[in-house]
This record gives sequence, C-alpha cells and structure tokens, in this order.
Amino acid sequence: MTLVDLGTIRRLVSVTVDDVEHRVPEDATILDVLDRAGCDTPRLCQAPNLTPVNACRVCVVEVEGSRPLVPSCARRVEDGMVVRTDTERVAHSRRMVLELLGSANDMSQAGDDVARWSVEYGADPERYGPVGPPAAAGERGNRHPGHHAEPDGETRATVAQPVTVDNDLYVRDYARCILCYKCVEACGTDAQNTFAIAVAGRGFDATISTEFAVPLPESACVYCGNCIGVCPTGALKSVAEHELREAGEWDPEDETVTSTICSFCGVGCTLDLHVQHNTIVNVTSPHDHSVTHGHLCIKGRFGFQHVQNY
Amino acid sequence: MDLALLPDAPTDTERAAIDAVVPADPDTPGPLPAGERRDLLLPAFHAVMDAVGWISRGALGHVCARLGVPPAEAYGVATFYALFSVTPRAPRTAHVCDDVGCAAFGGEALCAALEDRLGPPGAREDVTWTRSPCLGMCERAPAVFLQRAEPEAGDGLGDHQQIAPADVTTVLEGLGGADVPGPDPVVSTPQAGADGLHLLARVGVADPADLDAYRAAGGYAGLRRALAVGAARVVDEVTTASLTGRGGAAFPTGTKWAAVAGSPEPEKYLVCNADESEPGTFKDRVLMEADPFALVEAMTVAGIAVGARTGYLYIRGEYPAAERAVRHAIDEARHHRLLGDDVMGSGRVFDLEVRRGAGAYICGEETALMNSLEGRRGEPRAKPPFPTVAGLFGKPTVINNVETLVNVLRIITEGGPEFAAVGSGRSTGSKLFCLAGTIARPGVYEVDMGTTLRELLELAGGVPPRLRAILLGGAAGSFVTPDQLDVPLTLEGTREIGASLGSGVVLCFDDDTDFAPVLRRIAGFFRDESCGQCVPCRVGTVRQEEALARIVRGREIGGRTTELQLLTDVDRVMTDASICGLGQTAASAVRSALKLGLVGASGATGGNGVESS
Ligand SMILES: Cc1cc2nc3c(=O)[nH]c(=O)nc-3n(C[C@H](O)[C@H](O)[C@H](O)COP(=O)(O)O)c2cc1C
Ligand code: SF4
Ligand code: SF4
Ligand code: SF4
Ligand code: FES
Repeated sequence: MTLVDLGTIRRLVSVTVDDVEHRVPEDATILDVLDRAGCDTPRLCQAPNLTPVNACRVCVVEVEGSRPLVPSCARRVEDGMVVRTDTERVAHSRRMVLELLGSANDMSQAGDDVARWSVEYGADPERYGPVGPPAAAGERGNRHPGHHAEPDGETRATVAQPVTVDNDLYVRDYARCILCYKCVEACGTDAQNTFAIAVAGRGFDATISTEFAVPLPESACVYCGNCIGVCPTGALKSVAEHELREAGEWDPEDETVTSTICSFCGVGCTLDLHVQHNTIVNVTSPHDHSVTHGHLCIKGRFGFQHVQNY
Repeated sequence: MDLALLPDAPTDTERAAIDAVVPADPDTPGPLPAGERRDLLLPAFHAVMDAVGWISRGALGHVCARLGVPPAEAYGVATFYALFSVTPRAPRTAHVCDDVGCAAFGGEALCAALEDRLGPPGAREDVTWTRSPCLGMCERAPAVFLQRAEPEAGDGLGDHQQIAPADVTTVLEGLGGADVPGPDPVVSTPQAGADGLHLLARVGVADPADLDAYRAAGGYAGLRRALAVGAARVVDEVTTASLTGRGGAAFPTGTKWAAVAGSPEPEKYLVCNADESEPGTFKDRVLMEADPFALVEAMTVAGIAVGARTGYLYIRGEYPAAERAVRHAIDEARHHRLLGDDVMGSGRVFDLEVRRGAGAYICGEETALMNSLEGRRGEPRAKPPFPTVAGLFGKPTVINNVETLVNVLRIITEGGPEFAAVGSGRSTGSKLFCLAGTIARPGVYEVDMGTTLRELLELAGGVPPRLRAILLGGAAGSFVTPDQLDVPLTLEGTREIGASLGSGVVLCFDDDTDFAPVLRRIAGFFRDESCGQCVPCRVGTVRQEEALARIVRGREIGGRTTELQLLTDVDRVMTDASICGLGQTAASAVRSALKLGLVGASGATGGNGVESS
C-alpha cells in the first residue's frame, strides 16, 4: 500500500488500482492516483492548470460498476473505488484514440510522449487507407452542420489544411488540431477571460474559430499567447518557431532554457526563455508557478519578438 | 467584460426581431447583465432566422451586445445547429428527409425531382432545398420541413410548415409561400377512437385546441388528484408504478423524481425532452399535436411533485405544428389558472416555457439539451454529476420524455400498483410504437408492454409479406429478423435477443430492400450528428462510414476480414470510451446488419439481401 500525498490535508479515501490499495485525498482525480502510483497514463486534453474537459478519452480506465470506460483525468475518486488500467479493453481504447487521431491529424509535433504511447499501444493510422486531399484555406470552417459529402472510402478524411498566418506573433496550424479545447479554456475562464476563440461547427467538421473566422487582428485576441502555451500538438506556435521550422532550422537538440523574471511590470512573472543558437525562440512559464499558473501576457510571451523583430 | 464586436451593424429588421425576444432591462436600458440571460441565445437566433433566413455579422453582433455573450462563443453556438445559417441562404428552404424511413419511400425520388426543378441544394437565392435527417413523419413518407423566413409572420413562431406525404408540386407551392395542408395526427393514429387506449385515448376524440373538450374527456382529473394527495404521494405512486423512461434509456422515473424532490436545494427544474430526433420516431410529435393538454397537465403534475416552479419544454425545431399546439395549450391553461402562481387554486406555483431546438439530434441527449437551453453548444456533459444533482443552470433537474410524462396521468388516476400490473418486470404500463416502412397501416400504436412484435404488426395490417428485417429501436437500435417476431416487447424480452426498445421504432423492410444505402445513411447520420467533442465518436463515425462505403462497393482494403476487424475495433472504442450515448450506440445498427448479412458478401450490394446471408 502506498500513501499518496497531494499537498492539502483532506479526508483520505481508499482506492484500489490494479489490485493495489491507495489512500488518497477525497478530492483527487483517478489520474492523480495513477500518477503517484507511477502508471504511465497517456493524456492529451488534460493539463494541470486547466479544468478537465475529458474530451480526448485517451486516459480511460475501467472502474468497477461502470459499463463504459471512465476518463481518469476528470473523475474524482470515491471511497472503495476499484480501478483497472491493465486490461485489454483499456489498452484497446487508448490505442484506438491515438490511432484515430493519427489517422486524421498531423501528430508529428505532438511530442515524445505521444510518439512513445503510439508505439506502445500499437496505433496504426495507416490502415484507414490513403490520405485524402487537404481542404483549401477556410473551407473546413464553412461546412454546414449536419451535411457532408458521402465518402467512397477510397481515401481517408483528415483535417489537413493550410497554416493560418494572419498576424506577426503566432500561427495557427489547424491540420494538427485535435480539438482538445485547451486553447479555448485558456482564452476563456481558465486564464485570459478574453474569449477570442471558441469551437465552431459540429462533429468532424468542428474547428477552433473566431467569430465568422475573421483574422485574429479583427478579433478580441490580445496576443497573450496563453493558447500557445497549452496547445499539445504544435497547432499553435510562435511565428519565430514556425519560420525556423519552415526553414529547416528548428533545432531542439540545441535548446537551452533559462529562467528569469519578467521586467515589463510589477507582477513579476517567472519566464522560461527557450534559446536555440543564441536566439530566443519561445517564452513559457511553469504551470505550477503560483503567480502565472503557466499563463503570461503579450509582453512576457512576445516581448522578445518585439525586441528582435522591430 | 468588455465585448469586442465586429463593426457591422444590424439591419432594422434584424434589430427588431432580436429586440422582440430579448426583453429590455427596465433598470438599465441597454444590454442585459453580461451572460445572465444567455439562455435567450437560441431564441434570439431563431428570431433572426425566422425574419431574414440567415444570421449576418450585424445580427450576431447585436445579439451579443444585447446578451453580453462574446461573439466567438455565439458564433460557435450558431454554427452548431443545422437550422441556423451564418452565410446567406435562400429565405425559403425545403428540408427533404432522405433518412431511412423516407429515402426508399419517396424521399430520394423527391430529392431528384427538386434537383431537376431547382438545381442542386443552395443553387438558388430565393428558394432552395436541402437534404435532412429524419423529420419525424416517417408514417407518411416522404417528409418535408419548410423553413420559411417571413419578417411579418404574426404569432412570433415563424412561417414554417411540415408536408407529409410530400410531392414536388406541393413543395414548390410551399416554397412559393402558399399555405400547405399540415399533418393530421389522426391519420397517423390508426387506432384512434378504439377502446382500451390510454396514451392515445383522446386522439381523434377531443379537439386538441379546446380545453373544455379536454376536460370533458377526463382531462385535469390527474392534476386535481395530485394536488389532493400531495407531492410525496405522487412520487410514491410513480415509483410503485415502476414507470421507466420512454426516451430510450429506460431509467426508472420514480428514482429521478425522488432524488430531486428530496434535494435540499431550493431551486429545481423540470424539463420535458420533446426533441424527438431518433430516426424512425414520431410518437411524441403525434402526442403533442393530438393531445397537447395532456402533456401540459402531466408537466404540471411532475413539476409540482418534484418541487420545481418552472418547467421547460424543449421541442425540436422541425415540429412547428406540435409547437403551435402546445403553446396554445399552455396559453389556455395559464388563462384558466391551471398554470401560474396559483395552480388550480392550490397556492402552488408552476409555469411552463417552450424552447425550440435548432436541428441537432444530439440535443435529445439530456445534458446536451440542458446546455442548449442555457444557450450553449449542444455538447453532452460529463456524468457524474447527474442532472438530478446538477442539471439545468446547475440546479437539480428532472428531465423526462414526452411519453414518459403523459403516462403519469394514468398512474395518478388509476394508481401505481394498477399501472405496475400491466406488463411485467421493469416493463410496465403501455408503450407507443412507431410503425413505418413496408407495412400496410403505418402510424403510432399503443400496446401493453409484453405484446409481441408479431401482434403489433398484426394491428398494423399484418406481418408484411416478404419481410426481410425490422429496424427496432431506431438508428441507435438494431435489426431483427422475421424469425424473431415472437419477442415480447419489453425491456427484458428485447434484451434477450440482443435488441432494445429504444424509442419505439419499428421500421419494416421487405426483401426488395437494398440495405447498402440504408446502412450508409445510418453511418452518415451518426457522422453528421456527432457533436465532435470526443475522439472516439468524432473520428470513429467518419472511419465507420468510410469502411462501410468500401465494403458495400466491394473495394475492401486488405479483404473483407480486415475491414470487419477494423469496424469491430472502431465499434469497440466508440462503445467503450465515448462520452455519451450517441457514440456508444453509433455502431449498433451497422453491427447487427453485418451480422445478419444484410449487406453484400463479396462485393454485392445486398440486392434482395437473401443470397448474402
Ligand atoms: C444521442 C441521444 C439522443 C437522445 N434523444 C432523445 C430524444 O429525442 N428524446 C428523448 O426523450 N430522449 C432522448 N434521449 C435520452 C435522454 O438522454 C434521456 O435519457 C431522456 O430524455 C430521459 O427521459 P426519460 O427517462 O423519460 O426517457 C437521447 C439520448 C441520446 C444519447
Ligand atoms: S493569444 Fe491570448 S487572447 Fe489571443 S486567442 Fe490566444 S489565449 Fe486568446
Ligand atoms: S489548437 Fe491546440 S490547444 Fe487548441 S484545440 Fe487544437 S490542439 Fe487543442
Ligand atoms: S459520443 Fe459523440 S455526440 Fe457524444 S459527446 Fe462524444 S462526440 Fe459528442
Ligand atoms: S486526458 Fe483524460 S480525456 Fe483527455
């Protein structure tokens, strides 16, 4: 039996994971328990500084008494809960979520964890047939809900489309967007309260969009970059990173991270400066930082670009 | 919150339409407090659609300014619903049903005829047509919903109409602005006037627009008794009756009611789910068109029993006749103090609000429906918390289907034990079934739980000659075959043969049926109606449709076995890991059809289906 300490003192409840009993605070999620127990649980839409939306379903587990699998990221523990992560059903659903995403999205910049999970769970996106033609710019946002052209199945539909570059600070590469809702949450009540972007459309044709898909400079966006900070797939990235990648000069091997305090105002946000070849390529803030929770404003996030570009 | 709005201004017509549904705040003229009346977002969009036929930037901006809703979010809501358009569209649009109950029964022919006369969907700017999922009039296929914008439409409900059965001449007349004959619910109820009916007892007997006629036919006896015996006793009777939900999930109604009635939270809500969109289902529409007072009375009983002061009736947007009927009944009831702040002189407060859906099957899912009522995208919520704990506006909420609620009147007047004596096990009372397809007398039928499928077909003119398969329970249900006709229609009986009652769909197909387009339509339906929130359903429904397309076209990747494995893999993740019932049942009908060999072995498209089994 392991004792899981999650910080604050709470009533402890008993949860069994794969036959091992854990005593955990009553407000923990199942994922909290799995993390402390050392399980390598895949996750995509979950982030420690955002409200769980449990949309991707890659973190599912079996919970005794529940017919469908349960998203571990969102479900709170209950006393006596019996959880299984080691079953074929769990492995199948995780594999299929990764496989379905891989079949529809460009996951190549989704990070090492995703690449590792995809191999471990055996995701095979190629079995759905050859990739269909990409959408023209703006086309996916114009599809009417409830209507689609009947496919012949010869190729597989994807969300491929051109990168949207409509401002100097960051690009939106929605061919990589897995609709994890993180950017919407960060732009909304979880951090920025700006509500410049939301999910529009329905089903497979849903997109992240401004009103009437207007360019960002016409929208409410204040370029805090908090959406970029939470995007798990590289769909949102700074122009600096985008241009380096396009030029083939993106070099994560060379990257170093230096922590500093933002000097633009008196709040004193911690900044992590990501530097490649003596150039600042990105600025982030640690999500467990008590002031920022990982979120910044335009000055901290992009001030370097103002300095370097203008 | 400061809203950043696009510079476009609304037209006078748009402004007037919006201001008519968004009340002015008497204290602070100008916008309402930010987001506080977000629940008026859909009504405001409907007002714009009803007046001008599409939602322009200026109109959306004005809605946002009035309601204090960020424009990106409002746009996200507008683009979720099929009946809203954020691009210019012909002000008169015929939505033609090409779903499983209509396609082979005149729907495809009508689409072809309209394409011939009006060009492809969207081709013309004045009038146009588009394909639609099931319009809930399958018993009189083919069905058409006319969405007509008319700034001067008098009663604030728009100028929309239903046509069934529809022919190209009537549709073109309707698109020309003419009044077309509406549906007659009596025609849809072949048992009308027969003895032994409960749910359908007044259909064709009492004038649905006449409160006195309703009372003369036994109406409001239930509410009188409910008020006399008290709320706790009503909840007990419903529990004793073992009434289970008729919306598809078959949850015990008494359990929900007791939970909300017992909640210490002072504010509670009752919601009636009248979003009926399961392909092949039309029973709730017939009930509302033919006996609207019964629903109003039942909601009053339910609301008072669980301690709600407000009830919402969420009705699907393609049901204008039913909406008019229930709105009229509510007005009458209010006028006669059967609703309001002193219901039947009891001192109890209860009133009803009608809200119109906007073309989204998923909004029939209870938590998606609540989000829609709150002015959000119709995305299901994670459960727990369940609606009885945190439902509409975060308050304890009872949500019930139309038919479930109407059953309550019988329970109150006859008694719970008497109701429980009909049927068996968890399946008590009577049940409505929606018979359509190749059957002699299609329509809504009421039978006791436990009646066999064969007996039900006998009522509708006999087991269809050359019957090949029946879609039982809807697109989320499964196919059953002629050798299974002796199944008792109960929750337990259908489960035993791997099927379900679902929403009471009994859609018959004879052996002339080409099942390939039927299955492709079902797969396409789920792909279209997925809200898109979770990966298994959003992508899984796309892959299911593609694989099915390859199978019926004989273009399998890696052979039949490989494709079936792929479908099984997709089926399992949708069933196991989707958030809501849509994804969890999206593979059900396809799975059963493949198992029965209804679609082509070795590349054949099924033909008469027999040789492939
Ligand atoms: C995708 C989906 C669509 C649904 N559509 C409807 C519907 O149109 N009408 C309905 O009453 N219930 C529908 N339901 C079931 C509701 O979620 C809910 O169970 C029901 O309204 C509860 O009422 P009842 O207990 O009286 O049946 C649907 C469920 C799902 C998952
Ligand atoms: S940069 Fe900030 S304001 Fe702009 S969309 Fe992203 S989170 Fe919203
Ligand atoms: S853009 Fe990124 S953060 Fe936003 S929904 Fe897509 S993948 Fe998630
Ligand atoms: S299962 Fe489908 S409809 Fe239900 S929440 Fe997921 S994506 Fe939406
Ligand atoms: S990480 Fe749990 S559902 Fe996405």
